[in-house]
Amino acid sequence: MEPLIRVSGLSYRYDDGAQALDGVDFTLFAGETVALFGPNGSGKTTFLLHLVGLLHNGGDIQVCGVPVDKTNLAFVRRKVGILFQDSDDQLFMPTVFDDVAFGPLNLGLTVEEVERRVGCCLSLVGMEAAAGRAPYHLSAGEKRRVALAGVLAMEPEILVLDEPATFLDPPGRAALLELLRPLRQAKIIVTHDVELAQELATRAVFFSRGKIVASGSVEQIVERFGWAGSRRCPAGAAGLTG
Amino acid sequence: MHHVTLDRWSRLASPLHALDARVKILAALAIVVSLVLPQRPSPWLLATYLGMLTALAALARLPMLAWFWRAAWVLPFAAGVSALNFFGGDPARGAFVLAKSYLSACCLLWLLGTTSLHALLRGLESLGAPRFLLMVAQFLYRYLFVLSEQAQHMRQARHCRAGSGRRQPLFQAATGAVAVLFARSYDRAERIHQAMLARGFQGHFVLLTPPLLGARDYAFLAAVSAALAALQLALWNL
Repeated sequence: MEPLIRVSGLSYRYDDGAQALDGVDFTLFAGETVALFGPNGSGKTTFLLHLVGLLHNGGDIQVCGVPVDKTNLAFVRRKVGILFQDSDDQLFMPTVFDDVAFGPLNLGLTVEEVERRVGCCLSLVGMEAAAGRAPYHLSAGEKRRVALAGVLAMEPEILVLDEPATFLDPPGRAALLELLRPLRQAKIIVTHDVELAQELATRAVFFSRGKIVASGSVEQIVERFGWAGSRRCPAGAAGLTG
Repeated sequence: MHHVTLDRWSRLASPLHALDARVKILAALAIVVSLVLPQRPSPWLLATYLGMLTALAALARLPMLAWFWRAAWVLPFAAGVSALNFFGGDPARGAFVLAKSYLSACCLLWLLGTTSLHALLRGLESLGAPRFLLMVAQFLYRYLFVLSEQAQHMRQARHCRAGSGRRQPLFQAATGAVAVLFARSYDRAERIHQAMLARGFQGHFVLLTPPLLGARDYAFLAAVSAALAALQLALWNL
């Protein structure tokens, strides 16, 4: 079976000389949900940004069999939807409706189709009543749901979620889990939340110093790094080298 | 929620709030232009404008005292031009400058109080205002709230750790906070741009076509135009 995402030999160095990624190989198949663990600064978010062509350097990335390069960015961004860690970065339009419609309008869809997608996605995340509200009037949980609706409105095949439970209280986190669980898309989830990964992920990988140093089921990773009984993996667990 | 509710009035419900933004922009523009055109408007004409604007504000259910008070914020700026006329031997003209400035501020405040910024920017765009300028205004307004919350959090953190009330360390901390806020804003701007690109942004905003104007919109525009025309006619006959 052809993977949805194939990454081989991906490396990236920031302008200040820091090596963020160092020869990462990764594949994602349809129906999979992969949790990305790793300490802060280990390269997880940098890796995600490469998947939608927001960063590019050495290495090869293919999305649905198409290489991620300047000529294919529109296709790649239609296939891969990314939910950023801070929803305020993602909700830049004046109203919830406009924000969810932003992606579909950029796809050049008809007005009817844009309105249909916005209605469906807001309804899916339970925010249809907030369509006319300004994003800055929403709570953190509501912002996260609207941001997710904005991503889903692009109808991507792959969802990339960067620490989706950050800033959420327990009910908000539980609501997010309920939202994410039935989604048909393959998912990559960057998280420190072991319970969330156990609930959603079919596989996990562990990043350290820009490399994937361990791969397996969530339970195997948890056991290997001694987080059994922890709700969150130690965010500053630098030095863990599988 | 700690941010300042700049758009509180625009979220009130009234027949004027329900009108299309384009109609209200055109009406406000017409009122201001017809107000500033006469070189020496008579006091009764100014009083008529005040009455008309007060009626519009009342119809919009704006808090009247606050509306009158906020419009007066323009007076210190107009006072300079007015003073030149006073000291130049034409006190009547100086008084008219002050009155016109105040009434114009009342009119613009009525527009802002009955129209959300989002609708206002959309209306201005439909009327041909430069899109890039409107985009900058939209982002500034959107992230003003985020920035002000960050500034408040930093201020609270500084107060929690401020052992003495001496001015020098406080000043140093404030300047440091401004620098940090600037750096964070720059980072955020990059992240916002990335979020836009990730959803297919190609350098320009694609917007839904604005709805057609309704009968109420046309009726309001006609009523304001007729009132202004009558006032101008009356002025000519004086």
